[in-house]
Amino acid sequence: MSRLVLTDVSRRFGSVTAVDRFSLSLPAGEFVSLLGPSGCGKTTTLRMIAGFLAPSDGTIAMDGRVISSPASSLPPEKRNMSMIFQSYAIWPNMTVAENVAFGLEVRRRPKAEIRERVGRILEVVQMGHLASRYPQELSGGQQQRVALARAIVVQPAVLLLDEPLSNLDANLREEMRYEIRRLHDEFHITTVYVTHDQAEAMVASDRIAVMNQGRVEQVDAPRALYARPRTRFVAGFIGRTNLLDGESRGEDVAFDGFAIPRRSFPEPAAIQGRVCFSLRPQSIVLHRQAPPAGSHASVVPGQVVQRAYLGEHWDYAVRPSGSGLALRVTTRPHEVFEVDEKVWLELDPGQMAALLPE
Amino acid sequence: MGSDRSLVVWLLLIALLLLLVINPLARLLWASFEHPDTGAFTLENYAAAYGRWRNVEALINSLVVGLSAAVVCTIFGVPMAWAVSRTDMPAKGLVWAAVLGTFIMPNYLGAVAWILMAGPNAGWLNRIYSALTGAAAGPFNVYSMTGLVLVIACYSFPYMFVFTRSALDLISSEMEDAASTLGAGALRTTMRVTLPLALPAIMGAFIVAFLEAIALFGTPALIALPARFQVMTTTLWQMFEFPPRVQVAAAYAMPLLLITVFLFWLQYRLIARKGFVALTGKGGERRLMHLGPWRWVMLGYCLFVTSLSFFMPMVVILQAAFARAWGRGFSWDNVTLRNLRFVLFDQTATRTATVNTFVYAAAASVIALGLALAIAYIVARRLVPLGRVLTYVAMAPFVIPGIVLAIGFYAAYTAKPLVLYGTAWILILAFATRFLPIAYTNSDAALRSINPELEDAARILGGGRLLALRRVVAPLLRRGLAGAFILVFIPATRELSSAIFLYTTGTQVLSVLLFDKSDEGNFELLSSMGLILVVVTVALVLVGFRLVGRDFLLRRTAT
Repeated sequence: MSRLVLTDVSRRFGSVTAVDRFSLSLPAGEFVSLLGPSGCGKTTTLRMIAGFLAPSDGTIAMDGRVISSPASSLPPEKRNMSMIFQSYAIWPNMTVAENVAFGLEVRRRPKAEIRERVGRILEVVQMGHLASRYPQELSGGQQQRVALARAIVVQPAVLLLDEPLSNLDANLREEMRYEIRRLHDEFHITTVYVTHDQAEAMVASDRIAVMNQGRVEQVDAPRALYARPRTRFVAGFIGRTNLLDGESRGEDVAFDGFAIPRRSFPEPAAIQGRVCFSLRPQSIVLHRQAPPAGSHASVVPGQVVQRAYLGEHWDYAVRPSGSGLALRVTTRPHEVFEVDEKVWLELDPGQMAALLPE
Repeated sequence: MGSDRSLVVWLLLIALLLLLVINPLARLLWASFEHPDTGAFTLENYAAAYGRWRNVEALINSLVVGLSAAVVCTIFGVPMAWAVSRTDMPAKGLVWAAVLGTFIMPNYLGAVAWILMAGPNAGWLNRIYSALTGAAAGPFNVYSMTGLVLVIACYSFPYMFVFTRSALDLISSEMEDAASTLGAGALRTTMRVTLPLALPAIMGAFIVAFLEAIALFGTPALIALPARFQVMTTTLWQMFEFPPRVQVAAAYAMPLLLITVFLFWLQYRLIARKGFVALTGKGGERRLMHLGPWRWVMLGYCLFVTSLSFFMPMVVILQAAFARAWGRGFSWDNVTLRNLRFVLFDQTATRTATVNTFVYAAAASVIALGLALAIAYIVARRLVPLGRVLTYVAMAPFVIPGIVLAIGFYAAYTAKPLVLYGTAWILILAFATRFLPIAYTNSDAALRSINPELEDAARILGGGRLLALRRVVAPLLRRGLAGAFILVFIPATRELSSAIFLYTTGTQVLSVLLFDKSDEGNFELLSSMGLILVVVTVALVLVGFRLVGRDFLLRRTAT
């Protein structure tokens, strides 16, 4: 049975709809990220799951029992969840150990057990030697570890994380992504993770729910989300992409300045009328000479209009002949082309993801 | 959320807020239209209040005094603020301390000091003048319009100083540099760039100084009455001489209330226009302007002003407090502790008043702070709908002159159902109401400094709201609230304008007693009582420095 089920959850603030018919189901032990730009409603969704906000419509159920509905909302303290906040919310008036012990004290565990569990979890997050410190004496990363320990030690039914890494510097952020995933692999706590950083979501999650303007655009595993985006928004938000507007005409799909045979697409029958495709910059291959025919890919002549060297790769803008488009192409560092040089673009229809009409 | 058990507590607190702020105001308004005998609706009170030339003249006098005092405040405060904020004038610490000292001195004590300094014939300044020139009498007479304006300005210019300095502190040197690179000299830069940027703050302070002056009771009562002219507040007070004519007083107070509300609104608008004030925050470093030899001139000016407001008055108060007879001057055989002992121990009335002063102030501070904190919390956490309205109610006493508030309290709580008049409670509650805005601003600031996530974290881990308040919020608020307590306690110990209408025998406080004793002419005793207030205040301010930092008193009470 699913641990956490959100069914058509909406939340309005006055005339603004912050979350619009959000549905999601998490099996026990799954790690799901809510990913989206600021103001997309992801934090509002999280705070509804936590019980700090009641939904305007829809229900949230945990283990089959409705805990949030417009009529009544179980207060946060009764949900057996825990949460990690953007500010970490480590209480400055308590030591590290006191912070971590709080949840267990509220649950009236025996003193010896509290001491034992606090000690163990602090070892897990590598903070055992700092147990008697006050938060002001800790670095940002250490505070983050305390927050993790405090949230995990109570063995919550659901763990909620609200942009937990946004206040850390870049290096630490990268380290903590893996740390969060490691803790999940160790404790298997059902987790909802809110972030606007796609790399964070990709590293840590089993599935990612991409949100935009209060709605879920797509829920998928990280790889599927990248390879097969289903909406314009997802295609543009996860990584960089080229959006190609095409139209089905007889045997071909016609684009601005070139055409690709319909049968070379994976699902030719699905392509009807106007369709928009997403094609990743690194899925396009550039050639100096026309590659030999026979492969399933289409080859289109073009001209380099702009380029930038970024160390790890080249970034090119290439205009197909007779087209107004400028396709972004990423190549390895040794594949060097000059601006204005004539090139051949190899486009693989198998990697072109057809997007849902708007 | 509706299921919260704490909801009852919030509703009770809101009820108390309405009782303290709304009821007295409503009753004041009602009384102004009520026939004294029949209770029917009437406009007679307004006719009685403004039908007499004497009363209209008092209104005009108030406006003249207010305007003149505000002008003098500007002349005193702006150059000082500029010198301290933007120039390399020496001895800034001394100037700052003297301004703080001025602020600490109750205005009526300042008035007593000025009577000792510039009373006709016997005043120190006149005696020095005679001694120096051989003239039979000195030229100074504090019992005059000029005297009143000067004394009032002496004790409200700190507002001008603080407002202006805060604004100047925010203007980055780059703004001035921009003018200099375009060829403007130091004087032109100051006049065309620096001061205009501070202008909204200066105008705001001008309004505050004006309102302070027209709402003041102690100083006019000590100076204007012997000089045989009236201002609004003294007229209101006389309407309360037996038998009290509450209805007429209520009607007479209305314009004062309306002017105040309007001007505070205007002041708020001025300060709120951020586009004009250079609130660039961390806009680069600030360099000080080099004044050369002029810096000694500026220092001289600052010392001159603070001599008028602080140094000279303090000297004469100390002398009188420890003198057998103040007129006998500065000599060792004139020194005695008798006055202080008399005030603190020997005389029942003064002893009781001393105890009352501190007990009432403490009780009022606790009530004001508890209420303010609860309201600020309710508003911040949106526990009830329309929370913003509560903010306005809690801040409303800020725009009610103390004397008007007192008349409202009198009108509301001398008759059934709730008779508080004659008890200590009416004073305590009036003080609590009067300083509720200070308590509210500080509680609000203290609460805002606590990230709500700290509380959320306690709740998601299984603690209820009240547990979160007890374990997390309360410990974190402690320090900020100690500072707030001091900020409410200090003005509550010296409050005169509302106490004068609400005290009865047995509930006198030092300020009232000091005022009562003033017509006996026993200045040694008055000075001793004033000195006790000053000493306690200084002690509290020092505690406040340790808790909250050096600027807390001037900044937080004034803004």
